[in-house]
Amino acid sequence: MSQLLLFNVSNGLITGAFYALMALGLSMILNLSGVINFAHGGFLTLGAYFAYVLQQRIGFFGALLIAPMMTAVLGLLVERVLIRPLYGRDPLYSLLLTFGLAFILVDGVRIIWGPGSPPYQVPEWLTSPLSATYFFLTGYRVFMVVLVVTAVAALFYVLNYTKLGLRIRAGTKDLETLSTLGVNTRILRNLNFGLGIYLAGLAGALAAGFLGLSPALGTSLLMPSFVAIIIGGLGSLLGTLLGGLLIGVAVGLTTVFYPAASEAVIYVMLGLVLVLRPRGLLGEEGRLH
Amino acid sequence: MNGLKQHYAKIIVWAILLTIPYWFTYVGGYLGLANEIVIYALAAMALNFLLGFTGVLSFGHAAFFGLGAYGTALTIKFLVPSTLVGLAVGVLTATVAGMIIGALIIKRRGVYFAMATIAFGQLFFFIANRWNSVTGGDDGVGNWHRLPINLGFAKIPLFHNSLVYYYFTLLMFALAVGAMGLLLDGPFGRSLMAIRENERRARFLGINIELHVWISFVISTAICGLAGGLLALLDNFVNPRDLRFDLSGVLVVMAVMGGMRSFWGPLLGAAIFQWLREVLSSHTPNWQTYIGIVFVLVVLFFRRGILGFKLSTVKS
Repeated sequence: MSQLLLFNVSNGLITGAFYALMALGLSMILNLSGVINFAHGGFLTLGAYFAYVLQQRIGFFGALLIAPMMTAVLGLLVERVLIRPLYGRDPLYSLLLTFGLAFILVDGVRIIWGPGSPPYQVPEWLTSPLSATYFFLTGYRVFMVVLVVTAVAALFYVLNYTKLGLRIRAGTKDLETLSTLGVNTRILRNLNFGLGIYLAGLAGALAAGFLGLSPALGTSLLMPSFVAIIIGGLGSLLGTLLGGLLIGVAVGLTTVFYPAASEAVIYVMLGLVLVLRPRGLLGEEGRLH
Repeated sequence: MNGLKQHYAKIIVWAILLTIPYWFTYVGGYLGLANEIVIYALAAMALNFLLGFTGVLSFGHAAFFGLGAYGTALTIKFLVPSTLVGLAVGVLTATVAGMIIGALIIKRRGVYFAMATIAFGQLFFFIANRWNSVTGGDDGVGNWHRLPINLGFAKIPLFHNSLVYYYFTLLMFALAVGAMGLLLDGPFGRSLMAIRENERRARFLGINIELHVWISFVISTAICGLAGGLLALLDNFVNPRDLRFDLSGVLVVMAVMGGMRSFWGPLLGAAIFQWLREVLSSHTPNWQTYIGIVFVLVVLFFRRGILGFKLSTVKS
């Protein structure tokens, strides 16, 4: 029993880490640009398939390095061409646009690589169990957790201790003032979007080896990420991180005791948070109005 | 002038809707498509009651559409074999869900409101998809069909006669749309539009914003549920796709494409969208890509919608 429990908790933590990576990117874009990026899941899927193609040429680790960057470059382009014209308009329009983009990305992946799940090879020395009792504890799982932790730490370092991060945080509070102070907010928003998409691409490249490739990979992670943002508290990236992990673990635990409700449980949590603490776990007061 | 124009628009719309079964085949359509258009138009107009006239963006209305569909189907299959009772239960289910979710999220605005509706929208999809013993999971609810309505002195043969069902749908459409039109023309509708134009000013005028938005949300979800129930009855079948998030986006795009500031805009949007989907899906397996492109094009070039476009040229 404890094995099963631990197995599902570790599953949940890893899925939660994906939710968190995804939700962090979504949250950054939402905070600075006021755009709900519905295409975020599509970018994640694309990152996974980029990694799949690249690993056949340059190997597993090369793919893990390059694929998120390729996804991010595409993100920069999309922001520049399609999303920038919509800033300052009703958020409805950017939401609709990214919604259509999600259709195009997911269907595009299906057209190019087919609807099935092509095999994604994780190096053998990473997939073997580390312990005989806890058979599920493979090197790849540890590797994923370490990488996600590193990525999140790097993100928080960039946001808190670099000029770019300072500007992003300032822009989140008051973009207009930042602009009058001489910061080019167009480039800032562009880079911020790219950074968010980079995280999605990274999550995709990692998830490819854990959840398996399929065109719907990103879409299935997208909805819980929205919930993670609301539970964690709007405007707080730390909250988003916490929300993602919490949801992942909750799903993992529910899978042990009542598998049919493993998806519904996150909405119960959402409802509870909205009733008991409307601003979310770490959300700033007043941000929701 | 404007009133007269609206009057003409109304006459034209109803003339088309009433006669369409008799000429639609000549322009490449068929009765089922016309029926679907009326149903999706009802859902899109219900959404637009909230979106275009209250200024609140819901991106999760598929949930209420689907609840109406499942409520109707499950009632007829398992509880009461009656078309009208089924439809009523469907609408009631959607309404109650709308009341609860509305109460939970009503204080949020703008993107945050939209995000909460997206998040909650998926809940019902997961329930429908996983609660196999009742909802049939991914297979949906089949093996039932709409039943004739017994008026005592006469029976309305809904099931075997799809033309009669079309007019039944149209009657429901007329009742719901008429109710929305009346509400919008009255003081309640004026208050909603005041909220849309300037929420702070409306609050200073003494309008209870939360209550008005909540009522608007509930009306919108109830009518969306009615549309869902009507679709279930049309197909004699429901499946989880009737409440998946795609449909929420589709309803919004219908409203935007037709023109969200005009009452009949979503009807036009629904007609164009359904027709487009019909043509695309019969010509290419990649129709989803094209649907996505339609979304992008609408946002980039048709932001005011087809009917809104005309309106703005007149104004300027």
